[in-house]
Amino acid sequence: MSKTITYGSGIQTAFEHVLENYDDSFIIGQGLWSPWYVGNTMVDLDKKFGKERIIDCPVSENSVTGTALGAALNGMKAIVVHPRMDFMVLAADQLVNQAAKWQSMLGGGIKIPLTIRAIINRGGEQGAQHSQALHSWYAHIPGLRVVMPAFANDARDLLIASILSNDPVLYIDDRWCADLEEEVTELQELDIKTIGPKIVKEGSDITIVGSGFTSCQALQAGKELAKDNISAEVIDCRVLNPFNPDLIIDSVRKTGKLLVLDGSWKNCGFAGEVIASVSEKFVDFKAPPKRMGLKDSPAPTSQPLEENYYINIHDIVNNAKSI
Amino acid sequence: MTKELNNLKNPKIGNEDPQLHLLSDIEYILLLKKMITIRIAEEIISDNVKSGLIKCPCHLAIGQEAIPVGISQFLNSDDRVYGNHRSHGHYLSLTMDTYGLFAEILGKETGCSKGMGGSMHIVGESEGFGGSVPIVSATIPVAVGAGLAMKLSKSESVAVSYFGDGTSEEGVVHESLNIASYYNLPVIFVCENNLFSSHMHISERQKFDSISRFADAHGIDYAVIDGNNIETVLDTSKKAIEIARSQRKPFFIEAVTYRWKGHVGHDDNVDVGLQRQEDLEPWKKKDPIGRLKNSLIAKNAISESDFDSFNKAILDKLNKEFDQAVSDPYPKQQQLLETVYYK
Repeated sequence: MSKTITYGSGIQTAFEHVLENYDDSFIIGQGLWSPWYVGNTMVDLDKKFGKERIIDCPVSENSVTGTALGAALNGMKAIVVHPRMDFMVLAADQLVNQAAKWQSMLGGGIKIPLTIRAIINRGGEQGAQHSQALHSWYAHIPGLRVVMPAFANDARDLLIASILSNDPVLYIDDRWCADLEEEVTELQELDIKTIGPKIVKEGSDITIVGSGFTSCQALQAGKELAKDNISAEVIDCRVLNPFNPDLIIDSVRKTGKLLVLDGSWKNCGFAGEVIASVSEKFVDFKAPPKRMGLKDSPAPTSQPLEENYYINIHDIVNNAKSI
Repeated sequence: MTKELNNLKNPKIGNEDPQLHLLSDIEYILLLKKMITIRIAEEIISDNVKSGLIKCPCHLAIGQEAIPVGISQFLNSDDRVYGNHRSHGHYLSLTMDTYGLFAEILGKETGCSKGMGGSMHIVGESEGFGGSVPIVSATIPVAVGAGLAMKLSKSESVAVSYFGDGTSEEGVVHESLNIASYYNLPVIFVCENNLFSSHMHISERQKFDSISRFADAHGIDYAVIDGNNIETVLDTSKKAIEIARSQRKPFFIEAVTYRWKGHVGHDDNVDVGLQRQEDLEPWKKKDPIGRLKNSLIAKNAISESDFDSFNKAILDKLNKEFDQAVSDPYPKQQQLLETVYYK
């Protein structure tokens, strides 16, 4: 049997690879000395690499993010971890006004090897402030690369690419992906500029696009659809900013149908961006494209409400069939 | 907490001339010329804002020249200094690059930020000026991060963070003071308390008028000083920088000063609610340049006519530079997209 890797262990491997091979790297964030916050993705890094480089820190999202930016501007590969993306909103100034803009505002030529790891951690009756997937907000901002892996090998290689980039990168991983397995590939140090959307299942009848956890759902839905002889091509966006839609456009030229999944709300969301980007280049849809996202409300805590809140495979399959 | 400055409407900051002990006469004359350069550069910018040749918002620091000149005296190019919206003086005190500043403010490709930043986003990496931005308080954690990088890389450099009294009303300042203090980071916080945040006097914004109380709260050593007395600034910055460099811990300087111009632009901003007619004239008597001049004349290091000739020479040089900057080219259109990501 071939060797497998989980998404969570992919992240762990990436951190270990970088910390071992790059002395100028360090990590700061809340909960780094406790599995409570970051699950099985940063186990014992503090014991292996020392508490000087793995810094569990005060509840000061804004200042800690700015501190990481300042360290990145001064020669360090700085990684800051926000165990829940909701709390990262407190650091929006440092992400949107500072990290994303210093390169341009100060005339270019400035290395900013800053990685911001944000974890989406929803479900379990955690409610509206422990659940948000805010990738679309940040993908709006020129100067901030936004990366969102869905599969285990990508979780590893995209994290390494993010850390080795000389631009600020928002790396968004998803707790719901943490235990998903994949056949392991060889670890790679990739140039983030060369990474974009990827076909994860080839098909000819419909293009289904996802990002992060919804790409995993898209793949599963694609397998379900195959049972009904519907051949879905599944594409994982992977890099949301700067976004290159060419692969998706080529796929829709072939299938003529498009369903886009987003783990967040639809209004001004990334699914709309995907459909718009395709529609600007392609008009011969066999049917109007569709998107799926969350209901237009904050996340509920009550279990029956929560169960119906997030998109599920059954609905994806039905929507795909309806196009 | 100090109570020495409990009535800043009638400030007890002195009018007396500085007692010059720390440096040689030649060094003091150089500092005087630096302060005059900053003053004249700001006046040229002011005149050209008034004439309409400069369009971008300019926050001038006339009256505050002693602080950056005194701080920069003990820094080197490996140290990193971060500024704010009112940073022409911070930048010039390290670089003396008046031409690059003029060109930047005019949006020219020869500017210190290649014409991409204007007055509020300036940089001079090779001389230690890491950058300035106008979002109030934003560079404070960045300076703390520079300090963290210096600690992790075991260098002997220090970081300097300039900010005003209004900045202390932002939450991230307190997060950052805690982090700098707890992790023992070599950061010198320099609060230029010019008593105003935009159009509002400190008494209209805070119960107390001394910003150093926040350093005290976080266990950071601090000093409250007359920011218009070059000797006091030199003396304090020397100690603060030595402490940060050798003991690897932060220091907080509250330098009380006064902004002669309004919040932004060439005039007094009375029309937008700035109330300070009674205070401005007494503060002009505390002119940091005039006071250093008096001390140097008193010890026969310079004459009144030397002072006049310094002014004239600097004015001629800066006028020529400004004219050159006016005739320089604007950035090419493609520069816009070429500077979004690192190349």
